[in-house]
Amino acid sequence: MIPEIFQYDFMINAIVASLLASIAFGIVGSYVVVKRIIFISGGISHTAYGGIGLGILLGFDPMLGAIAFSLIAAFIISKLRNNAANNEDVLIGIMWAFGMALGILFTSMTPGYTQNLSSYLFGNILTVPREELYMMLLLDIGIVSITVIYFKEFQAITFDEEYARVIGLPVDNLYLLLLIIIALTTVVLIKLVGIILVVALLSIPASISQRYITNLRNMMLLSIAVGMVLTITGLFIAYYFNLAAGAATIILSVFAFLLSNLYLKLTNK
Amino acid sequence: MITPVEFKNVYVRLGNAVVLENITFKIADKEFLGIIGPNGGGKTTLIKTLLGLIKPFKGEVKVFGEAPESTSKLIGYVPQFSTFDMTYPISVHNVVLMGRMAVKGGKKGFNSNDEEIVKKSLEKVNLLNLSEKLIGNLSGGEKQRVLIARALASEPKLLLLDEPTASIDSNTGVLFYDLLQNLNKEITVIIISHDIGAISKYVKKIGCLNKTFVYHDSKDLTKEKIEMAYHCPIDLIAHGVPHRVLEEHHHDS
Repeated sequence: MIPEIFQYDFMINAIVASLLASIAFGIVGSYVVVKRIIFISGGISHTAYGGIGLGILLGFDPMLGAIAFSLIAAFIISKLRNNAANNEDVLIGIMWAFGMALGILFTSMTPGYTQNLSSYLFGNILTVPREELYMMLLLDIGIVSITVIYFKEFQAITFDEEYARVIGLPVDNLYLLLLIIIALTTVVLIKLVGIILVVALLSIPASISQRYITNLRNMMLLSIAVGMVLTITGLFIAYYFNLAAGAATIILSVFAFLLSNLYLKLTNK
Repeated sequence: MITPVEFKNVYVRLGNAVVLENITFKIADKEFLGIIGPNGGGKTTLIKTLLGLIKPFKGEVKVFGEAPESTSKLIGYVPQFSTFDMTYPISVHNVVLMGRMAVKGGKKGFNSNDEEIVKKSLEKVNLLNLSEKLIGNLSGGEKQRVLIARALASEPKLLLLDEPTASIDSNTGVLFYDLLQNLNKEITVIIISHDIGAISKYVKKIGCLNKTFVYHDSKDLTKEKIEMAYHCPIDLIAHGVPHRVLEEHHHDS
């Protein structure tokens, strides 16, 4: 007997979306956590909101706008960091707010716009259409390929960027490539948990995993598994208790994070 | 024999400030040079210039007779370990393996020859038994030795160390300098530090850097030299490094 939950197409789609997204943020989140660029990732995802607003205003797919804006943000950040005179933190913060403000402005200018904006801010995994799943699959293939090809280089620049530069690796280009896959991952995650909660899914599964493994590859694999368990469980909790799926997933993730830390503390690891 | 490092009237600017002014010196093969100077005196800038990361706006730098940008493979750079994240999930072995990327570039895979060199490098710094340990679980002195092994894995002709003893205790420091003296039998070593006392005991030559560089072909660290570099002799005495002690070290050697 198939449980009722699996009889709905939208639930099947949501489950597949969760599994596909877990692959992307397990890998990319591991880089984000070890390189400590959560704030940068937050900046990129929030800037994407400007693109969503522009898409709504001009009548094209808001996700295309999100992709464009997040890629622009990735380029700007990669240029900013070599400019010693600028304060990188401040500029990312400004970009973050500016992107959000543009998004709000564009949507408020859209005549008769009534669609619920919170689905972009907090995600709405139950409305993920089948075409979007193909896009996620494509993104996963891209991220996994890039990670396999550039594993050594990414490890070098995330572990010790200065040394990587000294030994002649193209650090700036590699870093830009890393920011680009962060940007694309962010956009895909918008559907799942929304802009505001993306930061949590990039950081929590990877942070939990980091404490139990001894190398980056295993950290990625464990992050993917942890992410799958958390998003699917979150989805089920949301379904049975009639809660917002994105929020339920994040709250569950935070509890998992705290429990994991408590466990490590008690076992003295 | 090609001169490992040569600076000719080098001026370096950071933003609008001239950080290095008219630096001229030359070091011999198998030299063990200590460079001391106050914070903000341009030590880091000198390192970056030597590594080809910063270009001087005037003057000429040569590393083994060539421009520094093309000789990065010949320099084994050892940064301060305290400046980067030690929660990174990576084993000692894999950190040292990164040194091989200096020789091979990124794209080529590692082979048994690389593994052999990594093993030898770890042996030289006496860390072979900790090869599979996570870098974060090592002591300060051990971490610093891992970074030396990584530099050695690129089979450099010159070892360049930035404040290597800044975060390790003095006992470990003594062993550390013994290790450097041993390595110095085969390669040229430059060590940059504010730790005047320790440095002057082990190095063969010493130079003082504070925007300008005072360097003579001897290890004789005179009061005038230090004062010129630091502009503040009282500070030195307050930190427990009186002039007298340095002279005694000089006679010991």
